[in-house]
Amino acid sequence: MLLLLIQAFNGLQFGVMLFLMAAGLTLVFGIMNVVNLAHGSLYMIGAYVCAETYDATGSFALAIPSGLAAALATGVVIEIGIFRVLYARDHLDQVLATFGLTLFFNDLVRVIWGSTAVYATVPRFLAGQVHIITGAPYPAYRLAVIVVGFAVAALLYLVISHTRFGMVVRAGASNRVMAGALGANIVVLYTVVFALGAILAGLAGLMAGPIFTVASGMGDSILILAFVVIVIGGIGSIRGAFIASLGVGLIDTMGRAYLRPLFGLFLPPTAADNTGPAVASLLIYVVMAAVLFFRPRGLFPPRMR
Amino acid sequence: MKTKWLLTAALLPLLPICAMAAESVKIGLITTLSGPEAVMGNPMRDSANLALSMLGGKIGGLPAEIIFGDDQQKPDLGRQQAEKMLKKDKVDFITGMLGSNVLLAVYQQVVSSHTILISANSGPHQLAAGMCSPYFFAMASQNDEAPEAMGYYLTERHVDDVYVMAPNYAAGHDMISGFKRSYKGKIAGEVYTTFGQLDYQAELSQIRDAKPKAVFVFYPGGMGIQFVKQYAESGLKNEIPLYSAYTVDSSTLQAVREAALGNYEASFWGADLDIPRSKEYVAAFSKEYGYTPPNYGAVSFDAIFAIDSAVKAVHGDLSNRQGMIDALEQASFPSVRGQFAFNANHFPIENFYLFQVQKTEDGKEFLKEQETIFTAHKDAYAPECHMKKE
Repeated sequence: MLLLLIQAFNGLQFGVMLFLMAAGLTLVFGIMNVVNLAHGSLYMIGAYVCAETYDATGSFALAIPSGLAAALATGVVIEIGIFRVLYARDHLDQVLATFGLTLFFNDLVRVIWGSTAVYATVPRFLAGQVHIITGAPYPAYRLAVIVVGFAVAALLYLVISHTRFGMVVRAGASNRVMAGALGANIVVLYTVVFALGAILAGLAGLMAGPIFTVASGMGDSILILAFVVIVIGGIGSIRGAFIASLGVGLIDTMGRAYLRPLFGLFLPPTAADNTGPAVASLLIYVVMAAVLFFRPRGLFPPRMR
Repeated sequence: MKTKWLLTAALLPLLPICAMAAESVKIGLITTLSGPEAVMGNPMRDSANLALSMLGGKIGGLPAEIIFGDDQQKPDLGRQQAEKMLKKDKVDFITGMLGSNVLLAVYQQVVSSHTILISANSGPHQLAAGMCSPYFFAMASQNDEAPEAMGYYLTERHVDDVYVMAPNYAAGHDMISGFKRSYKGKIAGEVYTTFGQLDYQAELSQIRDAKPKAVFVFYPGGMGIQFVKQYAESGLKNEIPLYSAYTVDSSTLQAVREAALGNYEASFWGADLDIPRSKEYVAAFSKEYGYTPPNYGAVSFDAIFAIDSAVKAVHGDLSNRQGMIDALEQASFPSVRGQFAFNANHFPIENFYLFQVQKTEDGKEFLKEQETIFTAHKDAYAPECHMKKE
């Protein structure tokens, strides 16, 4: 029972990281109707700059803002320089252009920091364990990731649901032409939303550094998962992205922990060893397929008028 | 008539190239040079370069060149690299082979072209047994052996409740079966994770719940760095000792640092060994590249000297493949392992040692030799190899 609870924590931790990625992606996709495959690059840039700054200065207080600033600056530059041209184009052009951007950024980090991965370290004050439940020490860093993730989710909820800016964002997600006709400055809105997404991706990246490894192309695998999340949650919905990311995080972790023993009950051990991890990595796609079948627009699609 | 002329004219420029091929030695080295597993591939490349420069840029007296190929730890990319090296570069030897998955993918293609293939790291059991070939030599060890040494050591020490983990691929299964061959106690849990997985939190929670007396893992390179760090972060290191093979080495230690302190590793080589040839290599490598080389580098270094000895034996006649194979079988080159010989299946006969991660006086982590577990050990598969001499 205790183990199940701990695994749920692990699932939440993975889930909130997915949420930070998915939130920006779903806003950009929902509001600007742009498929942004370069979102993973912003995650990678946040991770690299944070890890390298921490390595060079030894100060986490300096590393975090520099990682976020790098992701933000890159986001704003590509929005103004490239995305503004892409808004009027169809999805295929956008996919091609943003895929090109990911290739560019993957190579750029190799040029700057070399092709060997960077092994980011957990800051010293978070290196220990916390006894959330007696007898089950939990890594402090993982707990911090959960706390930050939930805090950002709460903040996003407040901004989106209870501020004037949030109202414009929601209006944009529901009907972008009408929002523009009613006087919302769509050009500025796009840049601000994109910048917000970039910061969230950078934050996810810099927190992911010590958990995964900081390497060229690190954003690609998580980007796929983030797309799965926004498809399940409903494109354009922050609430949907939040619930879907926690769901995907939990399903993935539980699958890794329990499928192998489960298969072991009715399969010979070698077969279970092979199918367990394989099916575990497929699990979330099965869930996505099921959601698409029953609710093609996702679990919580924004209302359209 | 005219076409014949044209054809001759077109082929003419090719002639000097063919003639030149015999006057230089080309070695293809395929390993992982990017991504998380490059921590093992980079020292392989650097050590090969070091060996060649120590030989004055010559192999067996002929000018030589090493062509590097990055497999990105993907079997399909390894195959592409091997194909390019065989067909375009026309290499005389292929070495490298960090991952068993890559080696198994390129194996048939290389040995069927009668090019000598020298694995400087992986040794999957298939190639030691029925699939063995006169053209293939494993320089490092058969995959099962280091875990076998660890299993033997733990059994001797009456550690009888061990949790085992490895990535789910060719070498992962070899390692665990090797461990189980000599380990006589109870297996508290046996877990295979996705190859390339970097976050082990879910699996570590399972270990904590199982409460074994010891944990044995095989997590090479980047996977190992993440596993060992997370093992320490989860607090498990203070409760359950961690034993490993091909997981903690002097290159991954640079990233893992204190998190590995006190962990045990079984291996056929470590920079701490008191062998003159090994000391010479470690000193030269550290001077050139600024860090202590891991076993991957040491074997790659040996591989270049082995090739040198083979080319010397045939007096530079690279078409005499059988002569080079005979020379390699003698293992007459100076090895960083001191005593070194090839078994009938072209896999090494060598010692296995236990190392522990300790700190030097100036606060740097290193692998301290503890004891010799196996002396002149042969792999378990050799009797299954019936090599066809040609």
